[in-house]
Amino acid sequence: MEQTNFQLKKQDAQSHEWDVRLHRATRATREDWLGRGISYLCIGVIILVVASMLWFITSKGIATFTQNHVSLWKFLSGTNWAPDQGNIGALPMIVGSFAVTFAAAIVATPFAVGTAIFMTEISPNKGRKVLQPVIELLVGIPSVVYGFIGLAVVVPFMRHLVGGSGFGIISATFVLFVMVLPTITTMTVDSLRAVPRHYKEASLALGATRWQTVSRVILRSATPGILTAVIFGMARAFGEALAVQMVIGNAAIMPKNLISPASTLTSQLTTGIGDTIDGTLPNNALWSLALILLLMSLFFNALVRFIAKRGQLKNGR
Amino acid sequence: MLSLRSGGSTILKKRHGVTEMNKGSKLAMGIAAISLLLVGCGKATSSSSSKGSSSEALSGKVTAVGSTALQPLAAKAGANFTAKNSKVTLTVQGGGSGTGLSQVQAGAVSIGDSDIFAEEKDGIKADKLTDHKVAVVGMAPVVNKDAGIKNLKMAQLKQIFTGKITNWKEVGGKDQKIVIINRAQGSGTRATFENAVLKGTDAVKSQEQDSNGAVQKIVGSTPGAVSYLAFSYFTNKLQAVSIDGVTPTDNNVETNKWKIWSYEHMYTKGTPDKATTAFLKYMDSKDVQDSLVKDMGYISIHDMKVAKDAKGTVTQN
Repeated sequence: MEQTNFQLKKQDAQSHEWDVRLHRATRATREDWLGRGISYLCIGVIILVVASMLWFITSKGIATFTQNHVSLWKFLSGTNWAPDQGNIGALPMIVGSFAVTFAAAIVATPFAVGTAIFMTEISPNKGRKVLQPVIELLVGIPSVVYGFIGLAVVVPFMRHLVGGSGFGIISATFVLFVMVLPTITTMTVDSLRAVPRHYKEASLALGATRWQTVSRVILRSATPGILTAVIFGMARAFGEALAVQMVIGNAAIMPKNLISPASTLTSQLTTGIGDTIDGTLPNNALWSLALILLLMSLFFNALVRFIAKRGQLKNGR
Repeated sequence: MLSLRSGGSTILKKRHGVTEMNKGSKLAMGIAAISLLLVGCGKATSSSSSKGSSSEALSGKVTAVGSTALQPLAAKAGANFTAKNSKVTLTVQGGGSGTGLSQVQAGAVSIGDSDIFAEEKDGIKADKLTDHKVAVVGMAPVVNKDAGIKNLKMAQLKQIFTGKITNWKEVGGKDQKIVIINRAQGSGTRATFENAVLKGTDAVKSQEQDSNGAVQKIVGSTPGAVSYLAFSYFTNKLQAVSIDGVTPTDNNVETNKWKIWSYEHMYTKGTPDKATTAFLKYMDSKDVQDSLVKDMGYISIHDMKVAKDAKGTVTQN
């Protein structure tokens, strides 16, 4: 009796021990936890950084309206930018930014799409061996170099061509055109390559020529991707500061034409930030410009997502 | 050891071979500001002067931030100073006069470099800061050589910069449109020029550049361009303009016959630590004032026969 009792106890203890062992996390599980922990930590830090930047720029940017009591409408629609005298009409810069952005995108898109078609449909081999490295090189050139080339080459050229001082939206457009070209081209190439092979085969099988296939099937089905590419290019153009600042002339006046000096949100920011004092109107006004830039880049991102969604629907049909 | 943090994009060279900081430096300012905040806490607790060892033990950390016009001199003098006091770490950074003043006011740096009096800047509590004048800079109008202008009346100069005169033929030059290049609003050089020439009238809106180097290059290459520069930036591509027959020379500045000049200030807050005090004393020494200052195109504070206060009132020494 005692024997069995003892055995039972022993069994009990054994099963308990097994219980503990089975419920203990294995090494693999712990690795799993560690991995998850690390990635949560990284995500947490990134979210923290992004959130605090959003908060920082927003709180600084709205100080113009909350502390200095400038009306938002006056800020957005005013055309007189003289922060030292208390006038902060940001419209000239807003117009300038949009003008160079759209102009650069309009000029760059045909070239980018043409290059992409050549690289994917006409001569994929040369595309990979020659054009790809060239375009990657363009991406790697720092913007100050673009600006310097703009200052040394584009500005004098424009001066000879159209007169005036050579500084202006058109010079900025030229410089930005070269800067956004690689962005738009590489993304367009990706979207053209993503077109299902059987679309092309079916089109050719139906007797369509190569040009008909490219223009009516491939470009058509890659349209959402191309639009996304263009918007990414525009976002880059909108945010470019240094190169634009060097060739646009930085005159905070409403642009009347493409060849007179103008300014953009970014050029005004980089020109003015070192000469203003924290907490004063001129400084707050610059933060408000930064806030507009931030909102615009959020808008560009939202637009990209919207187009991607629409594209998916189209493919489903 | 002297660490000079420049943004890397030194594009334009000063006459004396001193490079000027450009845009990149301002971007770097952000990073610099952060690192300052991090370092700032442990700033310059001037060596717990260990038992009796006298001036030999001078050590600590001095950071001078601000005016790009003063930066080359501060950097050179700083290098000489640290060569003699190897235990002192001295960092000289640009960023603009506004940055210098607000950083020193916030207690983030030991010295705030500025081209203008702290009293002239909104948002700076000048009574909390101590002014150390370390040099004088003369500035003069410069025009592109083609315009055919060597001398202007003060009234004419004012009319040009307020937009009343728009063609060089109206003041005896060529039939050529005047292209005004201003410095950014809030720039120390612009404030000095406008105080002396415009006397309260607002300048006409025009192109703005954010550094002496950029102005030098653009006026040199743009027909009909006019701007203003510190004497040390004159080149043979530019025509420095006399005003009312007075030539822009160091001697004329010293007697105030030439009216457009300003001090280069080093501002400190509260009681500066030993290393900072020693550096400021060195800046005022004959070593610096009689050779370095002159070699680098500034005017020695010791040679001035007049003094100017924050309101612009000039008194004989």
